[in-house]
Amino acid sequence: MCGTCGCGDDQVRISKPGEQHEHHHNHDHSHGDHEHSHDHGHSHSHDHPHDHTHDHDHPHHHHHHSHEVELEINVLNKNNLLAERNRGYFEAKNILALNLVSSPGSGKTSLLERTIKEIGSEVPFYVIEGDQQTMNDAERIESAGAPVVQVNTGNGCHLDADMINKAVKKLEVKDYAALMIENVGNLVCPSMFDLGESKRVVVISTTEGEDKPIKYPNMFSTSDICVINKTDLLPHLDFDIEKVKEYALKVNHHLTFFELSVKTGEGMDKWYTWLKTQLK
Amino acid sequence: MHELSIATNIVEIVEEEAIKANKSTISEIDIEIGSMSGVIIEALEFAMEEAVKKGVAQNAKINFKELMARANCEKCFHQFEVDDFFAVCPKCASFETNIISGKDLKIRKIKFD
Repeated sequence: MCGTCGCGDDQVRISKPGEQHEHHHNHDHSHGDHEHSHDHGHSHSHDHPHDHTHDHDHPHHHHHHSHEVELEINVLNKNNLLAERNRGYFEAKNILALNLVSSPGSGKTSLLERTIKEIGSEVPFYVIEGDQQTMNDAERIESAGAPVVQVNTGNGCHLDADMINKAVKKLEVKDYAALMIENVGNLVCPSMFDLGESKRVVVISTTEGEDKPIKYPNMFSTSDICVINKTDLLPHLDFDIEKVKEYALKVNHHLTFFELSVKTGEGMDKWYTWLKTQLK
Repeated sequence: MHELSIATNIVEIVEEEAIKANKSTISEIDIEIGSMSGVIIEALEFAMEEAVKKGVAQNAKINFKELMARANCEKCFHQFEVDDFFAVCPKCASFETNIISGKDLKIRKIKFD
């Protein structure tokens, strides 16, 4: 529930750090049922009193045979069409849009922070942060030095193309920029919602189970890039990095891997090189 | 629970169709769920119960039908039915397979009263 207007489930809040919150509600106001009864108190005393009693008896013949419509509509059609519009906009402006997905705590925000700090002078970064609540991530990104918009999905478990469309307008992304979209930390729901991204990047960390790719195959099968983070912890863990890659490739043999540690910086150079080549 | 937002999408679509057809009651909705669509039928059924409330589809009978996904093999081009993302080609044992159908979730048809 939104404390400001008491609005229910569909509350989505899109805001820049330090800004009063702005709502995007999906209300369907139907103004079709107003009954206007104008009672003008004129008393006309004419000789020929208009005594109109219209008794309209409209002969609506409702033949009650059921009517069938073949639809064949993809339920996610609306989102998919809007995602394609976003994609077209990004392509025309030479914007590289990455949709970063993962479980909570895999290090998506830290990856963005370090990337912005280290190559932000060469690559213009813009960030959309998706979380159910708080401006925390947007504040971290802002202090790392990139323009950012926070999308709070409220009860929503994923970002969708409409939220991105609105957030991008607010962010005013320049041409030839990298737009990093950090999705809500969730390995299930965001996989079904195309945002119009150029590439989908799934982040997994070494503190998670190696079998994540086969436990959450939808996400891995729709991703293009797989970043394995927290490699600095490998000596202390039983995590078998080859095993996780093997599982991931079984689900999606088109995946490209980056093994890195955001903390120590190990492996970040390859990630940067890839980002820069994508922007050319 | 992305099923709830999917159920909401379904209701929006059928409501638009009802307006187009100038009808106020939907009696039946046929939904086809690809086995690899990422949607759990039971979760969607539950979500639909909530989503249809008070709308044109509140009394509609909702039929769910699962469509088995199919994949093809990049190596030998064999096509086969699949029910997971790590299917191995039954002919040549390659795991370089791509799902070609059964990822969609569709409203097939609706009936009005």
